[in-house]
Amino acid sequence: MNRKLFTLMAGALMLGASALPAMAAGKTIAVSWKTFQEERWKTDEAAIKAVVEAAGDKFITTDAQGSAQKQAADIEGLISQKVDVILVVAFDSDAILPSIKAITDAGIKSIAYDVQFEDPSALYITFDNIGVGRLMAKEILKAKPEGNYAFIKGDKGDPNATFLFSGITEVLKPAMDAGKIKNVCETFTDGWKPDNAQKEMEQCLTSTGNKVDAVVSENDGMASGVVAALDAQGLAGTVPVSGQDGDKAALNRVALGTQTVSVWKDSRALGKTAAEAAVAMADGKDMASLPGVAKFNKGKKGVEMNAILINPDPITKDNLNDVIDAGWISKAEACAGVKAGTVKACD
Amino acid sequence: MTAAGSHNPAMSDEGMVKRFLRATEIDARMLGMIGALLVIWAGFDIYSGFLRQADGLFGGSFLTPRNIWILMVQTSSIGVMTTGMVLVIVMRQIDLSVGSMLSLVGVSVGYLQVYKLGPWLGVGHPSIWIIAVLFALALGALIGFLNGTLIAYLQIPSFIVTLGGLIAYSGLAWWVIRGETVAPMDQTYKLIGGNGPLASIGPLWSWVLAIVACAGIVAAIINGRTQRRRFNFPLRPIWAETVLAVVGSVVVLLFTWVVNSYPWAPKVIEKYAIDHDIPIPPGALNVDGNAICMADGKVVRCLDGLSYETGYAIPVLIMLAVGFVMTFMATRTRFGRYIYATGGNPEAAELAGINTRRLTVMVFTLMGILVAISAMISTARLDSATNSLGQFNELYVIAAAVIGGTSLAGGIGTIYGAVLGALLMQSLQSGMTLLNFESAYKDMVVGAVLVSAVFLDQVYRRRVK
Repeated sequence: MNRKLFTLMAGALMLGASALPAMAAGKTIAVSWKTFQEERWKTDEAAIKAVVEAAGDKFITTDAQGSAQKQAADIEGLISQKVDVILVVAFDSDAILPSIKAITDAGIKSIAYDVQFEDPSALYITFDNIGVGRLMAKEILKAKPEGNYAFIKGDKGDPNATFLFSGITEVLKPAMDAGKIKNVCETFTDGWKPDNAQKEMEQCLTSTGNKVDAVVSENDGMASGVVAALDAQGLAGTVPVSGQDGDKAALNRVALGTQTVSVWKDSRALGKTAAEAAVAMADGKDMASLPGVAKFNKGKKGVEMNAILINPDPITKDNLNDVIDAGWISKAEACAGVKAGTVKACD
Repeated sequence: MTAAGSHNPAMSDEGMVKRFLRATEIDARMLGMIGALLVIWAGFDIYSGFLRQADGLFGGSFLTPRNIWILMVQTSSIGVMTTGMVLVIVMRQIDLSVGSMLSLVGVSVGYLQVYKLGPWLGVGHPSIWIIAVLFALALGALIGFLNGTLIAYLQIPSFIVTLGGLIAYSGLAWWVIRGETVAPMDQTYKLIGGNGPLASIGPLWSWVLAIVACAGIVAAIINGRTQRRRFNFPLRPIWAETVLAVVGSVVVLLFTWVVNSYPWAPKVIEKYAIDHDIPIPPGALNVDGNAICMADGKVVRCLDGLSYETGYAIPVLIMLAVGFVMTFMATRTRFGRYIYATGGNPEAAELAGINTRRLTVMVFTLMGILVAISAMISTARLDSATNSLGQFNELYVIAAAVIGGTSLAGGIGTIYGAVLGALLMQSLQSGMTLLNFESAYKDMVVGAVLVSAVFLDQVYRRRVK
C-alpha cells in the first residue's frame, strides 16, 4: 500500500470519527448566562454555538441579567423544555444549587461553565487559575533566575489575587529558599487599579534604590502602572514584568519588550471544550470518560467533582503570533511602534 | 474690646506663640497641619531608616529628594481637583461625580488620541496634544455645566445629581472603551503626567521660577501694606512682615533645592544620551558596566548642555498654578466673594442680588474643568487610559478638602488648606506603601486620620469662639 493512499484512508477514518456526533443529532444544548452584558460572553457563545450546530444539535440560551432569581426561573423553563444538557454560568454559586438539583432530578446533565458551583453531578470546566500564577512565575523566572523580586498583587478582597499568588510562590519557592530570589516588595492593590500599582511600584523603587530585578504583577492592567513607574527610572524593558488577560495594550508591550509575558485565557478554547463535552454528554457519554477530565476539590467547600481545567497560554515575544493568528488582536495593534527585526510575529 | 495699650491681665499673659500668630496673622490651623505633616514625614523617614539605611534626612528613604519629588507628583491629580471641591463645598453643595467624570474624560481623551487623532494625523503629530487638551477641557466643562444646570435650575439636590453622575458617567466611560486599556498616549501629551526626564523643567528654570516666586511674595507683602495704609487698616508690625517674607522665601527656595537635588536615574541619562547622539565621556562604570557619568556612586553633571537634575515636574507646576489661580479667584475676585457669601448664608446672598443659580452653574463648570486637568495628569502619568482610573477619587478629593479645614456646613474653607490636606493624605499612603504596610492598614489609618482631623478642627474652632 503506498503511503499516499494510507494517509487518505486514515484521513477518511478520522473524518468518520469526527462525524460521529452528527449521527446522534437532534439533541438540545442550553446555556444559562448570568449576564450577557459583558463583552466576553459573546465570544464564548459564538464558540459554543459553532460546535453545537456543527454536531447537528439545537442551541438555546437564557440571560439571567445578573439576578439569582431570574436564573432559577430560567433554569426551570429550560427543564420544562426537556433540553439534554445545560451549561450554567452561575450568578451566585450557592443560590444556584437547588436549581442544579432540579436539573439532575429531571435527568438532565449540567456543566458548571467558568464559575464553579459545588455539586458533584455537574462537570466543571474552567481555566486553571492557580496555573495562571504558575505560568507567570515560570516566565519571569526564565528571564531572571535570581535577584530582587517585587510582587504587585490584586485586590485583597478578591480570592483570585490570593489564588494567583499561591501559584506564583509555588514556582518560586525553591529559588527563594535557596536565597537566589529575594522578595523586596509585596503588596495588594486596591481594586486592581493600574494607578495604584504605579504608586506602589514607585515606592518600591524608592525604598530599594532601584534595586528591583523582576516584577510579578498579577494582571495586565496593573502591569501598565508598573511599566510606567519603571519607565520613569529608565528601567522599562530591562526589568521583566508579568501580567495576564491578553489586554491589547499589554500584548503591544510584550512586542515592545517592556512586558515579558501576558497569560492569555482564550475564551474560545473554553467555549469549544465545554461545547464538545456537552455534545458528548448529550449523546449519553459518561463525563468521567471525557478527555481531560480530572477530579477537582479545591472549591470553597472541598466537594470533589469532575472537572476539565484548561491551560491558559503564556504569550511572550516568541509566540505573539498565536494571538494574532487567533484574531484576538490585529497585527497593527500588537506591533504598533515595534522596531523591525526585533519580534518575529511583527515582521 | 480692650485697647492694645491697657493692662489687661489676659493680654499680658498671652504667650509668645499667640502674640506671634496675632502679629503675623497666620492661621493657627494651618500651622497645626504643617506641623502634623512634618511629624508624619519625619516619622516615616525614621521608621524606614530602621528597615533600610538610606540617605534621607533622618537616615530613611522617605525624606529624600526623590521621594519628596514623587510624593508631589502623586498628589497633583487629587490636589488639582480638591481646589474646586473646596468652592463646591463652601457653596453648601457636594460633587460626588468627580471620580467617574475623571474616568470619562480620561478614557475619551485616550480614545481620541489613540483611535482617532493617531490614524488621522499620524502618530506623534505635534498638534495631537493640543487638540487632546482642548477636547478634555471642553468635555470637562460640559459635564460640569450639565451638573450645575440640573442642580441650579431644575432644583435637584447636588447630592442626588452627582450621585447619579457617579453611576452614569462611569457607565458612559465603560461604553466608550468597553473595559479595554487604551495606550500609549502621545509623546508630548505624556509630559503632563511628569514621567520621563523631559517632563520636568530642570534646575535652571526651577531656580528662575523660585526667584520669581520669592519676588512675588515680597511684592505681595509690600502691596498689602500700602493697601492697608491707604484704607487705614491696622498694619502688621514690620518684624512680622519681615518674618513672613523670609519664611515664605525660604520655604520656596528649600523646596526648589530639594527638587533640584533629585537626579535623573542613571539609565535615563544613558538612554537620553544615546537617543540624542550625545557622546558619553569616559566616566565611572555603573553596575551593569555601562559607561555613564558617575562619581562616588552618585550621578554627577558631566555632559555639556545637559542637566541631570529634574527640578519641578510639570504636573506639580500645574497643581501649583491651579492653586494660585484658584486662591486668587476665591479671595480677590467678586466671583470668589459671592461664593463665600452664598455659602455663609444663601438667602441673604440672594436677597443681596447675587444670582446664586448662575453662580452654582459656574462653580460646577469650574469643577468640571479642574477634573479634566486631573484626568489629563492621570492618563498622561499612567501612559494609558482605563475605566478604573478615577474610581473612588471623589472620596479622596472630599476627604482632602475636609482635612484641609473646609466645613461641610458651607461658607468656610481655603484652597491652600485643601491642597495641604491632599498632600497629607498622599504622604500617609505613600509612606505606608514605602514601609510595606498591608493595604488593609493603609485604609484604616487614612480613614481614622480623616475623622480625627475633623474632630480636632471642631475642638479648635470651639476654643477660638
